[in-house]
Amino acid sequence: MAEAHPVGFQWVMEAKKRGARIIHVDPRFTRTSALAHQHVPIRVGSDIAFLGGIINHVLQNELDFREYVVNYTNAANIVSDKFEDVDGLDGLFSGFDPETRTYDPTSWQFAQEDQDGELGQAQADDAGDTAEQRDTAAGMQNEAHGMQVGSHPPRDETLQHPMCVFQVLKRHYARYTPEVVEQICGVSQEDFLEVCRAWTENSGRERTTALVYSVGWTQHSVGVQYIRAGAILQLLLGNMGRPGGGIMALRGHASIQGSTDIPTLFNLLPGYLPMPNAASHQTLSDWIDGVRNPGSKGFWANAGAYGINLLKAYWGDAATAENDYCFDYLPKITGDHGTYRTVLDMIDGKVQGYFLVGQNPAVGSAHGRAQRLGMANLDWLVVRDLFEIESATFWKDSPEVQTGEIVPEECRTEVFLFPAASHVEKEGTFTQTQRMLQWREKAVEPPGDARSELWFFYHLGRMMRESLAGSSDERDRPLLDLAWDYPLHGEAASSGWGEPSAEAVLKEINGYEVATGRLLSGFGEMKDDGSTLGGCWIYSGVYADGVNQAARRKSRHEQSEVAPEWGWAWPMNRRLLYNRASADPQGRPWSERKAYVWWDEDAQEWTGHDVPDFEKKKPPSYRAPEGSDGVAAIEGIDPFIMQGDGKGALYAPQGLIDGPMPTHYEPVESPFRNLLHGQQGNPTRKEYRRSDNPLNPDPREPGAAEVFPFVFTTSRLTEHHTAGAMSRYVEHLAELQPEMFVEVSPALAAERGLEHMGWCHVITARSAVEGKVLVTERLRPLRVEGRTVHQVWMPYHWGQGGLVSGDSTNDLFGISLDPNVLIQESKVGTCDVRPGRRPTGPALREYVEGYARRAGVLDHEEGPVVTASADAQQRSAAAQDGADQHSPQQREDQ
Amino acid sequence: MTGSRSFLPWPLLRQFTAGDVLGRGAAVRSRRTDDIVPRTTGADRVAHSVCPYCAVGCAQKVFVKDEKVVQIEGNPESPVNRGRLCPKGSASKNLVTSDLRQTKVRYRAPYATEWQDLELHTAMEMVADRVLKSRKDSWQDIDEHGRKVRRTMGIASLGGATLDNEENYLIKKLFTAMGAIQIENQARI
Repeated sequence: MAEAHPVGFQWVMEAKKRGARIIHVDPRFTRTSALAHQHVPIRVGSDIAFLGGIINHVLQNELDFREYVVNYTNAANIVSDKFEDVDGLDGLFSGFDPETRTYDPTSWQFAQEDQDGELGQAQADDAGDTAEQRDTAAGMQNEAHGMQVGSHPPRDETLQHPMCVFQVLKRHYARYTPEVVEQICGVSQEDFLEVCRAWTENSGRERTTALVYSVGWTQHSVGVQYIRAGAILQLLLGNMGRPGGGIMALRGHASIQGSTDIPTLFNLLPGYLPMPNAASHQTLSDWIDGVRNPGSKGFWANAGAYGINLLKAYWGDAATAENDYCFDYLPKITGDHGTYRTVLDMIDGKVQGYFLVGQNPAVGSAHGRAQRLGMANLDWLVVRDLFEIESATFWKDSPEVQTGEIVPEECRTEVFLFPAASHVEKEGTFTQTQRMLQWREKAVEPPGDARSELWFFYHLGRMMRESLAGSSDERDRPLLDLAWDYPLHGEAASSGWGEPSAEAVLKEINGYEVATGRLLSGFGEMKDDGSTLGGCWIYSGVYADGVNQAARRKSRHEQSEVAPEWGWAWPMNRRLLYNRASADPQGRPWSERKAYVWWDEDAQEWTGHDVPDFEKKKPPSYRAPEGSDGVAAIEGIDPFIMQGDGKGALYAPQGLIDGPMPTHYEPVESPFRNLLHGQQGNPTRKEYRRSDNPLNPDPREPGAAEVFPFVFTTSRLTEHHTAGAMSRYVEHLAELQPEMFVEVSPALAAERGLEHMGWCHVITARSAVEGKVLVTERLRPLRVEGRTVHQVWMPYHWGQGGLVSGDSTNDLFGISLDPNVLIQESKVGTCDVRPGRRPTGPALREYVEGYARRAGVLDHEEGPVVTASADAQQRSAAAQDGADQHSPQQREDQ
Repeated sequence: MTGSRSFLPWPLLRQFTAGDVLGRGAAVRSRRTDDIVPRTTGADRVAHSVCPYCAVGCAQKVFVKDEKVVQIEGNPESPVNRGRLCPKGSASKNLVTSDLRQTKVRYRAPYATEWQDLELHTAMEMVADRVLKSRKDSWQDIDEHGRKVRRTMGIASLGGATLDNEENYLIKKLFTAMGAIQIENQARI
């Protein structure tokens, strides 16, 4: 955090000054470690084992915050007795289909009560086709959706029922002992127990602990389950929805949160509404019901209003109740259309045109060679950036031009490089990592032909519409009927080439009454009858009272520490999500020191330092009437108002492709066997097995460990920014960090003959990259499963362009993805390291292929993904059919 | 400091004669020191902005003189950064005023070995033509199972995490209306 988010880290230092204990868990000693009380070096890719160990410590020693856990989490819910856990199935959960490598989650559901039987069946049915959900990254919708489970599963609030979530969880993590953590993670028992002590002693009524991760955590084949493991621990310790607690994702780009909320993502529409799927969303009501899931609790019950407001914002007057608000105009997805699938499709000649807007995949995406070969096989490419980045010049100076794989005279891709406006040359909002929107004023005009994206896409749309005007082709209706009328300003406005008004777009995002133009005060005002429109329901309120709330800049000296009048946070300016959990079930603060939001008996409403993330007038004593659903079913003790049962999910029966609880799997490329199970890696991970995407071999393959014996990981430098487009071209930053380097421990340097400040190169089955050797004790060899493992670290900021150039580390990674969100595993791989520079020209490919051949992966003959025993696979598949039912008591005896 | 120019203006001498023994006050001032003013004081105006690098969201003040950015500093009123910026944020004036920035459209024709310049509006026309043609050539009304999909699989896009919400909104709106679905950004990476 001190390295990549230094200014945010000042608040960690503030906390330290006030007595907080800081623990840094990271493979490498960094500036953060230097300022922490404890640094815990860990083997890359073993985080679930580490966190699972702490969860086990909490459960075995009954250190959980019991009143919070019973009331605010699903610990008491009873799981179906058809559920079988990984321990009996060699690393698989029940319901596995080895053909599709996905689960049927029927057996993971909560038990059904008689009166709830119908709903329970609906839950299971709604779980749907998981292979399709994997392809469409359906889990991502849960960023705001939560699980759509039934509202009243059977519960045992004594937490003693053998199939209650608490007991299921306790059994699941029982094997994650300090000894096992030491074996898998390479963390000493002493270090580990010190973390356990610090975390648990600093949680409860009087104290809270925050878990901070950077989004390298997501770049694993089990990335979502890493975060789930953190969430389970924080829920058990009562650290969610409370001040000083929580899980903070430190995201890496100025508006990456915004580009997820208002997504430029294939599977989402604004506000986490799903892109309709041809298989299940052929009509407006299919689509709406797929989101609101009738029968569930929570605010998604109003999904009809959110969806119809979006369609009205898109198609304006053309969208009417009679034509289902132009729902038919939305294109339908049918599977995996993610960026990696698309790049492989480019290599295969299936894609004609590609836009790159402020993104440099030639350096920033995994498997750079595939990225560049894909770009070299297009009809046209549009790059919009401040500088002449590698993704614009692949045809003349990429590594593949050196190897002869791209020959400029034979490369047909037509390339347009448009100069873009910088952040000070346009106005608009960024959403930072805590969901806060901040409006930027325009300082100066962009230079020359540089323009904003708002300008580019507005005018591109205008010109396309003008070209198609008069078309009678049905397929052109969505473009011709599009509400695409934004006021233009600036000097060029008179000639029709003006800058569209960002304020007008933000007002459309906020939403307004169609008849009067009155701006909505929040999503509660959105109607499902076409009388209001709004482009992104969770952002509704950003223009409340006709005021641009994101432009508020009241000095921090003139308001509270929560600073509610600086910018605007979604939803409804709530700064801390689920903050009803900061009060006890009766609505009183858990303690005076941790008072944040509470129930005011006299005023009969929720109040406090923040906007309550709860219905203001709903008392803690409110209990839902029999048969209620939606918002009415949220009880006074249900803080997690977007979840289908209002509770924090210790156990997730739905929404995850790879299991209801995180379990340790080895990274796709690992020198170690999975100590816990026969199942080596995530069995449901997304893979693209093809000759241009070889993966380093499974450690069970003979000789594998000799060819690629080391583990490597990557992260950012303080002085550079991701793929380097915003730092390698900037004099000061280029001077501060001029060169690609490779950090190795003294022990590895001795083993491989690497000389400090000399050259070395790192090799995988994809490529070899070179850099200067930095021998440092920041990296230490770890003892894992009884042997020594060396870890290598590299920054990933260089390419052939800019003031300072070098090899691109992301060329080393292959493509394998987390099954829930289709994010690549690019924080861990295996490699070899050798002294000296790498070969150049065609010799580079021969050299890399030599490695792949020796490792036995040249012709993509990687080992199987499913490595659990055949017997376990059969029993897992059978469990859902009820063929292998145990009573809970029998299970206990096993 | 005596103010006289006739004596040797040694800082060390001044330190002892002017009672500023540690050399942290008047003794180390010179006429040049006194003449220096911050770039911010002569600014014609200040625009409120936000750092374009990571997602912490540090508030910036952008100082403009003669329609040029002369300085970018952290905003001390911000509850996020309290005026601080990291090395990248501090270099953002250099980012926006860099001579290396592209200011003309560059065009590489198929099989060409060099860039050529293009007029902006011409380039826009060419891109609009290509989008419409690719859309037409790769249009699907139904998928292989006969289900209505109404889309093109021939046009993809990557980017958005560095852009404004308003820009992402228009990008998704336009691509959705034209039927392009392979629209992605850094959040997937």
